[in-house]
Amino acid sequence: MENFKIDVDADGVALVTFDVPGRTMNTLTASVIREVGEVVERIKTDAAIKGAVITSGKTTGFCAGADLGELGAQAPGGAGGSKEDALRATFDAAFALNKAFRALETCGKPVAAAINGLALGGGLEITLACHYRVVADAPKVQLGLPEAKVGLLPGAGGTQRLPRLMGVMAAAPYLLEGKSMKPAEALAAKVVHEVVAPDQVVEAAKTWVKTKGDPVAPWDKKDFKIPGGGPYTPGGAQVFIMGNAMLRKQTYGNYPAQMNILKAVYEGLQVPIDAALRIESRYFVKTMSSPQAKGMIRTLFLSMQELGKGSGRPAGVPHYDVKKVAVIGAGMMGAGIAYVQAMAGVETILIDTTQEAADKGKGYAQGLVDKAVKRGKMTAEKGAAILALIHPTADYDQVKGSDLVIEAVFENRDIKAEVTKKAEAQLAETAVFGSNTSTLPITGLAKASVRPANFIGIHFFSPVDKMGLVEIILGKETSPETLAKSIDYVLKIKKTPIVVNDSRGFYTSRCFGTFVQEGLEMLAEGIAPAIIDNVGRATGMPRGPLEMNDDVALDLSYKITEQTKKDLGDKYEERPFSPVVEKMVVELGRLGRKNGKGFYDYPTDGGAKRLWPGLSELVPVKTADADQALIEEIRTRLLYRQAVEAARCFEENVVTDPREADVGAILGWGFAPWTGGPISLIDGVGAARFVETCDQLAQKYGARFSPPQILRDMAAKGESFYGRFAAKAKAA
Amino acid sequence: MADAYIFDAVRTPRGKGKKDGSLHEITALSLATQVLEALRDRNGLDTSKVDDVVLGCVAPVGEQGSDIARTAVLTADYAQSVAGVQINRFCASGLEACNMAAAKVMAGEADLAIGGGVESMSRVPMGSDGGAWPTDPTSAFKTYFAPQGVSADLIATLYGFSRDDVDAYAVESQTRAARSWAEGRFKKSVVPVKDQLGLTLLDHDETVRAQTTMQTLASLSPSFTMPGEMAFDAVVTQRYPQVEKVNHVHHAGNSSGIVDGAAGVLIGTKAMGEALGLKARARIKAMASIGSEPSIMLTGPEFVSRKALQRAGMSVGDIDLYELNEAFAAVVLRYMQALDLDHAKVNVNGGAIAMGHPLGATGAMILGTMVDELERSDKQTALINLCVGAGMGTATIIERV
Repeated sequence: MENFKIDVDADGVALVTFDVPGRTMNTLTASVIREVGEVVERIKTDAAIKGAVITSGKTTGFCAGADLGELGAQAPGGAGGSKEDALRATFDAAFALNKAFRALETCGKPVAAAINGLALGGGLEITLACHYRVVADAPKVQLGLPEAKVGLLPGAGGTQRLPRLMGVMAAAPYLLEGKSMKPAEALAAKVVHEVVAPDQVVEAAKTWVKTKGDPVAPWDKKDFKIPGGGPYTPGGAQVFIMGNAMLRKQTYGNYPAQMNILKAVYEGLQVPIDAALRIESRYFVKTMSSPQAKGMIRTLFLSMQELGKGSGRPAGVPHYDVKKVAVIGAGMMGAGIAYVQAMAGVETILIDTTQEAADKGKGYAQGLVDKAVKRGKMTAEKGAAILALIHPTADYDQVKGSDLVIEAVFENRDIKAEVTKKAEAQLAETAVFGSNTSTLPITGLAKASVRPANFIGIHFFSPVDKMGLVEIILGKETSPETLAKSIDYVLKIKKTPIVVNDSRGFYTSRCFGTFVQEGLEMLAEGIAPAIIDNVGRATGMPRGPLEMNDDVALDLSYKITEQTKKDLGDKYEERPFSPVVEKMVVELGRLGRKNGKGFYDYPTDGGAKRLWPGLSELVPVKTADADQALIEEIRTRLLYRQAVEAARCFEENVVTDPREADVGAILGWGFAPWTGGPISLIDGVGAARFVETCDQLAQKYGARFSPPQILRDMAAKGESFYGRFAAKAKAA
Repeated sequence: MADAYIFDAVRTPRGKGKKDGSLHEITALSLATQVLEALRDRNGLDTSKVDDVVLGCVAPVGEQGSDIARTAVLTADYAQSVAGVQINRFCASGLEACNMAAAKVMAGEADLAIGGGVESMSRVPMGSDGGAWPTDPTSAFKTYFAPQGVSADLIATLYGFSRDDVDAYAVESQTRAARSWAEGRFKKSVVPVKDQLGLTLLDHDETVRAQTTMQTLASLSPSFTMPGEMAFDAVVTQRYPQVEKVNHVHHAGNSSGIVDGAAGVLIGTKAMGEALGLKARARIKAMASIGSEPSIMLTGPEFVSRKALQRAGMSVGDIDLYELNEAFAAVVLRYMQALDLDHAKVNVNGGAIAMGHPLGATGAMILGTMVDELERSDKQTALINLCVGAGMGTATIIERV
């Protein structure tokens, strides 16, 4: 065995040390799963072994669960044979782990888990199949089943053993939301039996094996009762009736993983554990083969990891360690950027037109740090050190020595040009100038620069301290060195970079805009506002399009429309909703959430917002009822409108990597995570079907739905975005 | 195909469905037994001529389980040749039982049958039978399950009934029920419930409140705000996105009461009636059941009424009296709105808001009420129907003979 080492002590307790060679963290690779069977066989048959303790040989933790890369690569079903044979083979493969863990649980000898570090997913599940669990009392230790977060189902007994230990209601957040627990919480919830000092874990586990060692799991005992009761006990029924509704409220039925987890729990709790584990494995396979799981694993786990390592970084440029950065403009964005830089240990010059404005910008960081210190999440010393890194000033001389400048001033070309000139005067030739613009084309802004090769777009999202994405925009003359340096900077401040080419609205703002505009189109068509926003939310977007308009601010939409009108001239196409927005902003002063009135009224007492009753006079409602077909169409319009725009961005070479398009969409503007992103959505539906639907929508609603040529070509050839991209990457 | 005639209908009074209700100390089996005994004794019935007894019961577990219809046949000392079957169509079980008894007669399976129902809600609480529909994630999700009260509030919201509208309806139900009792309109079919000694325990519907006014109802808080806000409002607005916010208007005073009771209707062929000297009082003209959208759940009456009318070759105007179970005030208000009915023709003697809704029995009770009322008011036709869980509806059209 390469992954497990077994040492039997004088008392006959076998210490099984889990240590996957060549990896920093234990994961459940295929070879580990095979060897678990061998370990069990040895414990069971070796007469010298009285019981066993399983622990980890890694200092990084106990086990982080399944290898998602390996799992993602598995195509359900094998080649050849009937469909039923293939499905059966997939089930058998999925059931192997459950079978191995169940064999451990029923080996007839007491087995204790000495959990000396984090145990997640399958890593926690193997301990749940042990008869006793001792956990190290250390701050980094967490126990949990994070599968649901990436669209998966805990498939190694987690959906069955956890509710049998703690009850359905208590187990729900761990199973459905992937919440993790600290050792003390696990002890209180009776998920583990003992919490001891880290160096005592193995000893305590051995002591239990030697002194009390009961080799029968609670659910294998005759008098076993599920805490709180199963589905058809008075208490248990309420948990499911309420739980079903809460899950729909939270997921809108978009996430098969959560749905299947609940089904596995419901069905599994009504039968003995062996049957329950088979049920779990069936739902595991079902979940695994859903397009949602494929998209979510790829985007939310694998692609995030790859982009987080700088996969888009040009090779051959030495690492650029940014030590000092000047942030120009201490408004909301600049202040947020200063804060995240300081958190990453970067010395920050925060410049505004007056010292007072600059100080106010630093105040934002001060507020966040104070809050963290007050909550005990940060020491006062650390907080002070972080704040000391931010130097607010009105003096451009201080820019001198900066490795990078982030310009975050008002979206006005003239002001930006002036700032660029003033800053560049202080900069070394190797320094990078980044503009945090969300809409203005970089190539145009770079005209103000004396070193356009060093000029780049570095687009942050608001609020900067919460939003994980940074959109890097290449101007026509931006050099690969500048790009590499910018990626190094983004990674240093712990954000995920995507790289796009110059275009109006770049990638994220452009695609996001189509969502809010499509909502406005629907409003102008006379669809009842409640229908638009209720269905909008049900698509999995964070908010409906009308309330999103209110949040963004209607005057901003109005200004952007006016600017676009000016820029496009004759090419600008007036939309039916434009006069509505104009009237709301110019005549009625309804600017959105910021002044308490937009499409909604926002009560000053903090009560829930309600649709503005006057809206139906401004735009008469023609469609007051929604049948399933209309709901489906609105849903499709809102999602496909964004996806077809993302496809156009590929056609126009604005984005080039589907991973960046998908990660950027979910992190940047909250595109429905269950899809895995707009490109995964198209791939999941299939280009041919997507094109067909878009053509129908274009006929009914206009050319904005017309699929770009790239999609027609893909449809004709039966290609997918990820397939094309992989082929291209291989060729390169 | 034979015609099915109604010869007699009896019901128990309805006792408050709680531990302090008058009928709480009487078993469900005894309620059903007393109904069967009354039908036999009032009509001098040779019970060996009864082919089958169909009883509705919605929570057929515990003492109501194990086919309470056959059990009651035996405890009522009917001939042992009489079969018994318990059925469940939720709130319409009692009417469905009568429809099935009638169908057996029409189909030639039976010459004489009893349809009816029983529910002791104080002894076997609602929901005691469990059931996958709301509990199993598979069905709960697919059907956008919400409790009936939330569905009723959704109806009020969608069709524009305010709290005042539903309360005014409830006041009228109480007024009509009280007047009907005062005038003795129910005396033909109500059979007092006897205790273990044979003493009369209850001879009137226990939950009627003649004194109900808009003011007394105004003090009651809506019953379904909490479950609604926790999750179910979100569930129904996913199905009905035109609703921005569910308006919770229903409460204990404008919803059907929880009560205990039983009822039975004697149904047979003309020939059997003549042979036994039974007077045919009404003919079953049409019957229907439907399914409709399960989340809003309680708008089925409109559809089932139209279906029954169509099967009878009648139109809305051909019916003299309409009876729709008062599950919730908004259910009846929506029904009258949809069929454009004058309230003067609907639920003329009050309904379940005042007198209660013993789930398995109500359908048979209101069928009997209509037979009595057609005779009393010298009218010809009546349509009886109920809204039913999971979006169903069941209806019966009768005409006097």
